[in-house]
Amino acid sequence: MEKYVLKVIDLSAGYSGNWVVKNVSMDVPHNKAIAIMGPSGCGKSTFIRCINRMHEVVPGASVKGKILLEGEDIFEMHPVKLRRRVGMVFQRPNPFPTMNIYDNVLAGYILNGIKLKKEEKDRIVEQSLKNAFLWDEVKASLYKKGTFLSGGQQQRLCIARSLAMNPNILLLDEPTSALDPKAQAMIEELITELKKTVTIILVTHNRAQAARVSDYTAFMFLGEIIEFDDTAKMFTAPKDKRTEEYLTGKFG
Amino acid sequence: MRDNTGIRLLKDRVFKSIIIIFSFAVIIPLGLILFGIVKNGISAINWDLFTKLPTPPGEAGGGILNSIVGSLILILIAVLLSVPFGIMLGIFLSENKGRFADVLGILVNTLQGVPSIVIGIVAYLWVVKPLGGFSALSGGIALGIMMLPIVIKSTEETLKLIPFSLKEAALGLGASYVRTMFKVVLPAGFSGILSGILLGIARIAGETAPLLFTAFGNPYLNLNIFKPVDSLPLVIFNYSMSPYDDWHRIAWGASFVLVVMVLVLNIIARLRIWRNMS
Ligand SMILES: Nc1ncnc2c1ncn2[C@@H]1O[C@H](COP(=O)(O)OP(=O)(O)OP(=O)(O)O)[C@@H](O)[C@H]1O
Ligand SMILES: [Mg+2]
Repeated sequence: MEKYVLKVIDLSAGYSGNWVVKNVSMDVPHNKAIAIMGPSGCGKSTFIRCINRMHEVVPGASVKGKILLEGEDIFEMHPVKLRRRVGMVFQRPNPFPTMNIYDNVLAGYILNGIKLKKEEKDRIVEQSLKNAFLWDEVKASLYKKGTFLSGGQQQRLCIARSLAMNPNILLLDEPTSALDPKAQAMIEELITELKKTVTIILVTHNRAQAARVSDYTAFMFLGEIIEFDDTAKMFTAPKDKRTEEYLTGKFG
Repeated sequence: MRDNTGIRLLKDRVFKSIIIIFSFAVIIPLGLILFGIVKNGISAINWDLFTKLPTPPGEAGGGILNSIVGSLILILIAVLLSVPFGIMLGIFLSENKGRFADVLGILVNTLQGVPSIVIGIVAYLWVVKPLGGFSALSGGIALGIMMLPIVIKSTEETLKLIPFSLKEAALGLGASYVRTMFKVVLPAGFSGILSGILLGIARIAGETAPLLFTAFGNPYLNLNIFKPVDSLPLVIFNYSMSPYDDWHRIAWGASFVLVVMVLVLNIIARLRIWRNMS
């Protein structure tokens, strides 16, 4: 097995010739939670969207450099295959409004035209919802629309939907910023549990959240990664002055 | 400082009254038209009207079965043609920016403004002449062309309102672009698109001009799409021009059927749109 689940090598990404992620390199070990922090507009979302090649969906987007997923170059893989291995959860919960909870969990299979037996479906739905800490709340209403759930429940449903595909990596772009504190705490607890089996890459503006859930933290500034280190080390003894200023709330 | 709140409130009230008066001024003729159709039409409504074929002039009784069936055939052809093409073009316009999409958008708007008689002539030249005769097919094509911009527009507008996050979610799960569009985005806009189709049908159901030299009219029941068929607007046109009282009565009855049909289609479509918005 590769030492790192993900190796980012000299990656740059931009929109219409304007590079907003610049020469980023980063080695991500297996089954850890990585927090990515930095002021608004520094390129965090752009960066993590390169990892599942969702960046390319934007018209005029450009990217150069290399990303290896377990040693395989992702830019040589089919994006459709890659995205099944690298799941993504967005800032705003976005369950499919035309599908019930059960189908929402299976959406990755349904949308890819993968046929499953009924028992297999039931097993995946139950397991994924349990892994997303949602099973007990929805097991009685699996055939109701997912959009009837609360914001926090919808976000956990979206996590379950990603988990159902058995990803190596889960990308979370500010997954709790649209949620109330209680729902937020629940998702944090969930992330701590999930990182036992999946690598988590979490973009967050919430310093306390990064400190609570992540093993490593990357600090991004104007498209570059200024510092990437053990979270505890970074929060107690940042090497770069800009990191320190950001973490003490001087900007961002 | 002078307090002119009183004057402003008065202006406000005058303005509101003017709006209400004008609204009524518009509703009155509409109401009179509907009243006239109901008053004259309802006495012509009976079982025979829907189940019998026309009788020769002078003979009492008879119905418009041929026209009702003809109208249904024409609408069916128009829907079968305009819905698939309209939805495809609507998807294209909602998904693409740039010069080609702009030009296409202008063409669609232009098509919407083309008088229906001109579309009838086009269908005559392109379909009736090559096929060597009037037919339901040519009439359906003419109506389909009329309906096309309505379906395109409603699809485009509906899909533009679907949040991008939904598309992102599907693509992020590894769904291909085509599956994302057809299994996520289109179903999410189903209701809006269906409303557009219903409004389109309501729009073409009463078209007479493009049928005059395409579907042509037919006093007999015909199910062959390569032969002429009758339609509700055609029977109204032909019968109301005739000198016979019986035929006038049937024309009123047909008008009543047509208006009720259009009204029901509009109400269903509006209800769907309202329900979507709330
Ligand atoms: N679709 C786009 N087209 C053009 N420029 C974009 C696009 N998306 C983002 N940008 C620009 O790229 C830069 C980085 O944006 P990005 O969304 O990656 O920042 P971010 O760190 O995630 O910010 P935030 O914390 O506010 O979410 C910004 O300057 C932004 O204006
Ligand atoms: Mg962002």
